[in-house]
Formats: sequence, structure tokens, C-alpha cells
Amino acid sequence: MAAVTADQTTQKTLGTEDAVDADRVAAFDAAVAADERIEPRDWMPDAYRATLVRQMAQHAHSEIIGMQPEANWITRAPSLRRKAILMAKVQDEAGHGLYLYSAAETLGTSREELLDKLHAGRQRYSSIFNYPTLTWADVGAIGWLVDGAAITNQVPLCRCSYGPYARAMVRICKEESFHQRQGYELLLALSRGTEAQHAMAQDAVNRWWWPSLMMFGPPDDASSHSEQSMAWKIKRHSNDELRRRFVDICVPQAEALGLELPDPDIRWNEELGRHDFGAIDWAEFQAVLKGNGPCNEQRITQRRTAHEEGAWVRDAAAAYAAKHAPAQSSTQAPAPNSAPAHHVEETA
Amino acid sequence: MSAALALGDDALVLSHRLGEWAGHAPVLEEEVALANIALDLLGQARVLLSLVGDEDELAYLREERAFRNLQLVEQPNGDFAHTIARQLYFSVYQHLLYERLAAGDGEFTGLAAKAVKEVAYHRDHAEQWVLRLGDGTEESRGRMRSGLDALWRFTGEMFQPVEGLDSPESGVDWAALRSSWLVAVTDVVERAGLTLPAGPQSGGWAAGAGRQGLHTEPFGRMIAEMQHLHRSHPGASW
Repeated sequence: MAAVTADQTTQKTLGTEDAVDADRVAAFDAAVAADERIEPRDWMPDAYRATLVRQMAQHAHSEIIGMQPEANWITRAPSLRRKAILMAKVQDEAGHGLYLYSAAETLGTSREELLDKLHAGRQRYSSIFNYPTLTWADVGAIGWLVDGAAITNQVPLCRCSYGPYARAMVRICKEESFHQRQGYELLLALSRGTEAQHAMAQDAVNRWWWPSLMMFGPPDDASSHSEQSMAWKIKRHSNDELRRRFVDICVPQAEALGLELPDPDIRWNEELGRHDFGAIDWAEFQAVLKGNGPCNEQRITQRRTAHEEGAWVRDAAAAYAAKHAPAQSSTQAPAPNSAPAHHVEETA
Repeated sequence: MSAALALGDDALVLSHRLGEWAGHAPVLEEEVALANIALDLLGQARVLLSLVGDEDELAYLREERAFRNLQLVEQPNGDFAHTIARQLYFSVYQHLLYERLAAGDGEFTGLAAKAVKEVAYHRDHAEQWVLRLGDGTEESRGRMRSGLDALWRFTGEMFQPVEGLDSPESGVDWAALRSSWLVAVTDVVERAGLTLPAGPQSGGWAAGAGRQGLHTEPFGRMIAEMQHLHRSHPGASW
């Protein structure tokens, strides 16, 4: 960001507060420039805070909506070993949602508030979860490609300038990388299995490949948030740069799997030292983003329904906690009505 | 072997039912907790079934009448209170039973010693929720009572001695298990401000026969869903 210059501050006539702000801005900019972490109690520009809340909320929402397409296969997992792996994975996603909502709370927002925005369609989750899991192989394709793309995006976030987010990402990335290997291994078993299993794996890769490439977001020249986020070191690499990195990782892995990537234009570019690949259908990306993907309605409806049907449970926990709370001293302010029931239930 | 099958099927089937909650739980902490319990149970099931044979053949290729689980654990989830009532009845039973098995020196001692720690948490989770729901709001109280009532008639079956665990050497005194269970469950239910259901603990032929392979109608659908993919690809590895 453009730091407030001495000229700008001295132009103001009643400059005391502005001077203080200018000092704060300078300190913030210096900290970011020096790769220091911004912590919850540090001063930060409002726009930085808002950008982080938007990004962390979207990330948290993606974790909990992302449970749905995989949970779709828990009751049909074809072996007990695979069932245990899948259940543990879906549980990890709920855990990631918890860390991320907690990290977002350090910016002065509550989980309740963020969930309300998700349910009202005012905050997004990753569009990838608006595609359906039609066969068992989709569980593998999500692990290999979707988690693989997520890791490529998220590893740089471990060095994000905001401390709580960076620290949450360290743990999340470790688990994601485990999920990615499990997905790969699931697809390998199918690819080397019967003809029907191999076909199932290839079909899943055909359907998930392009949406996975879209996970990196619009091309750099069309990305509205990128430039500022790079300056703030919330983001470290451009969308296109990460997308290319992902393609370079996947090509040899697909070969090892014995599966084809559904893009006839993928080839090694000797000169650039990376793979070229075909054009992405951005019209599809925009359509899914606008709510017209195969499962947008289904995903948000299930989320809202679970929340609404669970309201009586959260109310009961809050009522129980209130009845059994130690008596408050008269000097303490009463708990705000907005105190979410979740805090009570964390002891469950 | 029949004891391993009975206990293994209990864990397998309840784990499956709890797995159905994924993505539908009332609050994020419960997504984690219910999945955690389901995973513990699945781990127990795999060890127990492996004592009998191939775990996947047993889980995926048996017909409904060959399963030996209690009818209680196969009951559909219902609302959260219903699930919690099922958890209370079963986890108190499983905890008391595994404590006894862990203290004995039969074939289940090692397994039970490990599982009893997990099950202690399942029991605590269920008890805490019975207290919250029973002593929460008017609505939660009504729902908790309905859950406890609806499942009560499936509880009698738990105390039929399991074949293979019916000798004095097994360390399990089934009559004593029943009275300990009743004391523990009564205590929780009363602390929640509720009373134990008054009806019989087993109703006619319907409840009390899971150990002999007689199940309830929802069970057939449950295993149809569980087994269909595995059965659709005979001989395949996953």
C-alpha cells in the first residue's frame, strides 16, 4: 500500500490524530516489509482487517461446506480401512473450520456472525464444492487434485503477514498434505484395479481436473483482490503462478497413476521450463461463482438446514450454561446477548 | 468367536450410524465429537472382526440375518436428542462391559483395556449432553425425554449374556452388569431432571433378538447402503 507521506500529514491543519495514524501506518508498513507478523493487538488498517476477515471466512466456510461432497461417501466406502480414512478426513475438515473461525475471531468477528453471512449468501466458499461426488473415485480425485490445489495455494499462507492465520495454516497444511497423499493412493488402487475401477478413476479425473485449475482464481489480469493482498503479504504468489506450479506437479503424478489429464494441449515447454496447458473455461467458473453450479443450492440448503435444525440444541446448551454458571459479581457486566452458544459447547 | 462378532457388530453398526451425522451436526464441535466417536468404534470393530475372519468380508458380504449386533445400535439417528439417548444407553453399557473384560484375563483383555479409555469419553460425552438437553430449554427437555422413551424398549437385550462371555471365567456377571447400568443411567437421567421411562425394557419379540440375527426394518436399508459398492465389484481391492 502507499504509505501516508510526510507531505500528506503536514497538509492537515489539526494534525495530531492524523500524525498518530501516520505513525501507526508507518509502523505497520515497516513490520510487513520486514516480514514480521501482525498480531491481533497490533494496529492494522481497516482494509487489511476486512481483507483478512473476508479471506479467512471464505476459507473456514470452504472447510465446512467441503465436508459435504466427501461425507456423501462415508456410508458407502467400499472397505473398512477406506471408511476410517474418509471419516478421519471429514473430521479434520471440521477441525480446520474450527481453527479458522477461531483465527477470524481474533479480528473481532464471531463465528455466529460469519455463519449467518454464509447462510445469507453474503460470504462465499470455494466454488469447487459446488461439483458433485458421483462415484467413489471422486473421493480420490478430491484428495489428489482439490487438496493438492489447496495445498499449492495454502503453503505460502503459512508465511502470511497475519500471525494467527499463518499459524493455523501450518497445522492445516500438514493435514492437507496427508489427505492429498491418501487421495492419490486411493486413485492408484483404482487405476491398478479392475477395468471398471480404472474407468471410474479416469472419469473422476476427467470431471475434477478443470474445476481444480479454477481453484486458483481468475487469471492475474482479472483478479480484483490480488495486488493489494500481495503488497500486504497476505498473498505471496499470483494466481497464474500458483496454477502453473500445480500443473507442473500434477503432470508426472498423473503419469505415475496411469491416468490421463483431460487436456490435449498439455506439453512441456522447454524454453520456459514448465508445462503449457489448454484454455480454461472461465464462463463456467463465473457461472458456478454466481450460483449456477451443479450443487450450489444443495450445499447451502444442507448447511442452513443443519444449522436451523440444530438451533434448539445450541439454545439448550446456552440455557444450561446460564443456569449453571457461577454467580457473577455485581461489578461485572452481564454477558452480551450475542455470546454464541458455541463457546459453551466447546467443553463437550 | 461369536462374542467377537457380537461386540464387533455393535461397534461397526453404531459407527456407521454416527457417520451419517457428518455434515449435519447441530454445531461444529459436534461434527468433530461424533466423528471421533464413530472412528473409535470403527477401530474397535476392525480389531474384533479380524479375530473372526476378514474384516471386509464380514462387514460387506454378510446378509442381514448374519449380523449379531444389538437392535439398539441399528436404530436410525432421529434428532440429536434421540442420538444422544442411544449413545447414553449404549456407551454406559459398553463402558461397564469393557471394564469387566479389561479386568479379566480372557481373549478380550488387551483390546478392552485400550477401548475402555475411548469408551469412557463416549460415555462422558453422552452424559454431558443428557444433562444439557434435559436441563436446557422446554423444547430440549421434551426431545430428550422422547429419545429416552423411544429407545428404552431396546435396552433389555444388552443384558442377555453374550455367547462366549457367559461363563464365570469371562469376568462378566450379567445380572450385576444390568444393575450397575441401571444405577448409572438412572443417576444421569435424574440429574438431568428427567425420570427413567416406565415401560418394559424389551417389547415382544422385536427387541431382544439382534444377537440371534433378528433385526429391525431400518437395518436392512442401512446395510444395503453400506454394502452396495463393495458388492458391485466382486473380488475387487480398494
